Amino acid sequence: MSTKPLDPKTSLLPSQALTEHKTRTRNRQLRQALLYHLGVGILAFVMLYPILWLFASSLKGPSDIWTNISSLIPQELFFQNYPNGWKGFGGITFATFYRNSFIYAGFGTLFAVTASAITAYGFARINFVGKRFWFAVMLTTLMLPIQVQIIPQYIVFQRLGWLNTFYPLLIPQLGGRAFFIFMIVQFIRGIPRDLDEAAEIDGCSKAGIFFRIILPQLKPALITAAIFSFYWTWEDFLTPLIYLNNPKLYTVSLALRTYADPAAATDWGAIFAMASLSLVPVFAIFVFFQRYLVQGISTTGLK
Amino acid sequence: MALAQRTRRNAKNNNFVGYLFISPWLVIFLLFTLIPMLASLFLAFTDYDLLGSWRFVGFENFNRMFRWDFRYLNSVRATLKYVAFAVPLRLVFALLVAMLLNTTHRGLYFYRAAYYAPSIIGGSVAVAVMWREIFGSEGLINTIFRSDTIWLGDPRFAIWTLIILAVWQFGSPMLIFLAGLKQIPRDYYDAAAIDGAGPVPKFFRITLPLLTPIILFNLIMQTISGFLVFTQAFIVTGGAPLDTTLFYALYIYNRAFETFEMGYASAMAVVLLVAVALVTALIFLTSNRWVFYASENA
Repeated sequence: MSTKPLDPKTSLLPSQALTEHKTRTRNRQLRQALLYHLGVGILAFVMLYPILWLFASSLKGPSDIWTNISSLIPQELFFQNYPNGWKGFGGITFATFYRNSFIYAGFGTLFAVTASAITAYGFARINFVGKRFWFAVMLTTLMLPIQVQIIPQYIVFQRLGWLNTFYPLLIPQLGGRAFFIFMIVQFIRGIPRDLDEAAEIDGCSKAGIFFRIILPQLKPALITAAIFSFYWTWEDFLTPLIYLNNPKLYTVSLALRTYADPAAATDWGAIFAMASLSLVPVFAIFVFFQRYLVQGISTTGLK
Repeated sequence: MALAQRTRRNAKNNNFVGYLFISPWLVIFLLFTLIPMLASLFLAFTDYDLLGSWRFVGFENFNRMFRWDFRYLNSVRATLKYVAFAVPLRLVFALLVAMLLNTTHRGLYFYRAAYYAPSIIGGSVAVAVMWREIFGSEGLINTIFRSDTIWLGDPRFAIWTLIILAVWQFGSPMLIFLAGLKQIPRDYYDAAAIDGAGPVPKFFRITLPLLTPIILFNLIMQTISGFLVFTQAFIVTGGAPLDTTLFYALYIYNRAFETFEMGYASAMAVVLLVAVALVTALIFLTSNRWVFYASENA
C-alpha cells in the first residue's frame, strides 16, 4: 500500500474543518459539472434543433405548419400527414419506393460486405505475386472521384439496355468497397496466426481457414461494414438519379426529391412526414449499433 | 523451424488462391473503375452525345472549358470557395467539440450521439429538403430572426447556407479527433502542469502537435469530399443564384446527363481528377513542415 505522507496543512486541521474543505471541493466540482452539462447540452440542442424541427413539423396540421413555424411543439398532433404522404404521387405509393430502397440497400449491402470480406482475406493472409501493388491500387481508389467513372459506366450500361433496372446499382457492389476491404484487412491482421497455422498443418485449405476460422471472428468488422454500406446505399442519390427514370423504380431519396419539388408541392406536412420517415431506418440502426459505428470511424477514419 | 519453412514455401505457391480471393474486387475494379477511367480519358478528347457517333476533337473541350465557358469558371470559383471555407470550419468545429467531449463527465455517450446525429443523415435528400425550407424566404431562420432575407436567392448568401450545412456535419472528423485525443498520454499534461503551463500552452504545445497526423488525414479526406459535393447543392439551390453554388460535380452532372455532352463532361471529370490529385499531393508535400510524428523523436 502507499504510504503517502499527509499534507501538513490538512493533517493539522481539526476534523470539522477537513469535512468543510471536502464539501467545498465537492461543491466546486458539482458547479463545474453543472456548467459543463449546461454548455454542452445547449450546444447539443442547437445541433439537434433542425432535426427535431423536421419531426415536429411532420406532426403539425395545415393551419399550424407555417404560422407556428419555429415551435417544436405542434398545437395539435396531426398524424394524418403520414397517411397523406404515404399515398405518394402519380398513383405510386411510398410502399413501392421503400421496397426499391430496401432492394438496393439490402442486396447492395449483402454483396458489398461479402465481397469485401473475401477480398480482405486474400490481402491479409495469402502471399501472392503483386499483392503489394494491388493493395496500393485499392487504397488509391479510396480517393478516386466517382465522376471520372460514372460517364463511361453510364454509356456501357445504356448500351447493355440496363437503364431503368437495378443492375447498374447492384453489380458494382459485387466488388466490395475499398473502405471495407481496408478495414477488414486491418481487423484480420489483428487475429493471431496460430489457429490458421494449426489448421493448415491439419490439412485445411485456405478456403477452409477463411470460412471456419477467420469468418466467425470477423463479426464486429462485418457489422460495421454492413451499417455503413446500408447508410451509403440508403442515402445514395446520384446513382439512382442517373439510372432510374421510371417513377415505379424510384428509391426513397429520388421519390422525396420529386415529392418535395418546390414548383409542385402543396402539402408540406405530408412532405415533412415522408422526409422524417426516410430517416427512421437510419436512426434506428444508429441507436442500436452506435458502438460499432463509432469504432469503425475511429479506427479507420471511415466517412 | 519446419513450420516456418513450410509456411515460406507455401507463400510462393499461393498465386492462384490469392488471386482467386481478391478476384471479386479485382474483376469489378478492372471492369467498372480502371476501364471507365481510361475511357473517360479518351472521351475527353471527343464530341459524343450518346446517340450519334463520336468525333475526335483534340483539345477543343479543354479549350472551351478554360477560355469560353463562363459557367465552367463560375463552377470552379464556387467549388474553391466552398472547399476553402467549409473544410477548415468543419475541422475546427470537429476539433473543438472533440476536446469538449474528451472528459470524464457523465452522459458523454448521449452528447457524442447528439453531435454525430446530423452527420449520419447529412447526405440524405430529406435533410437537403429540410435545409431548403429552413432557409426559405418564409422559413425557420427568417421567422426566428424576424428577417426577410432571401437566403437561397441572393448570390451573396446562397453558398453560405451550404457551407453551414457542411459545418453542421462535423461528426466523422470529430470522432476521429476524439480517438486521437484519447491516445495522448496523461503524463504529458501532468508534466506540463507541474511546469506551470496553462490550458492555452498545453493546447498549442501538446495537443495540437500530437494531433497533426490526424489533422492531416482529416484534411485530405474532407478536402476530397468537399470537391465532390453534389446532393445538397442539387436539392437546396440547384446551382442558383447566378451560378454561385454551381459546384463542379453539379456542373458535370448538368453537362453529362441533362444536355448529354459526354465528351465535354468527361473532359471536366479528367480535370477534376487531376485537380484533386494535385491538391492532395500539395497537402502531403507541405505536411512534413507541420506534421509531427511522435515516434521519430521518441
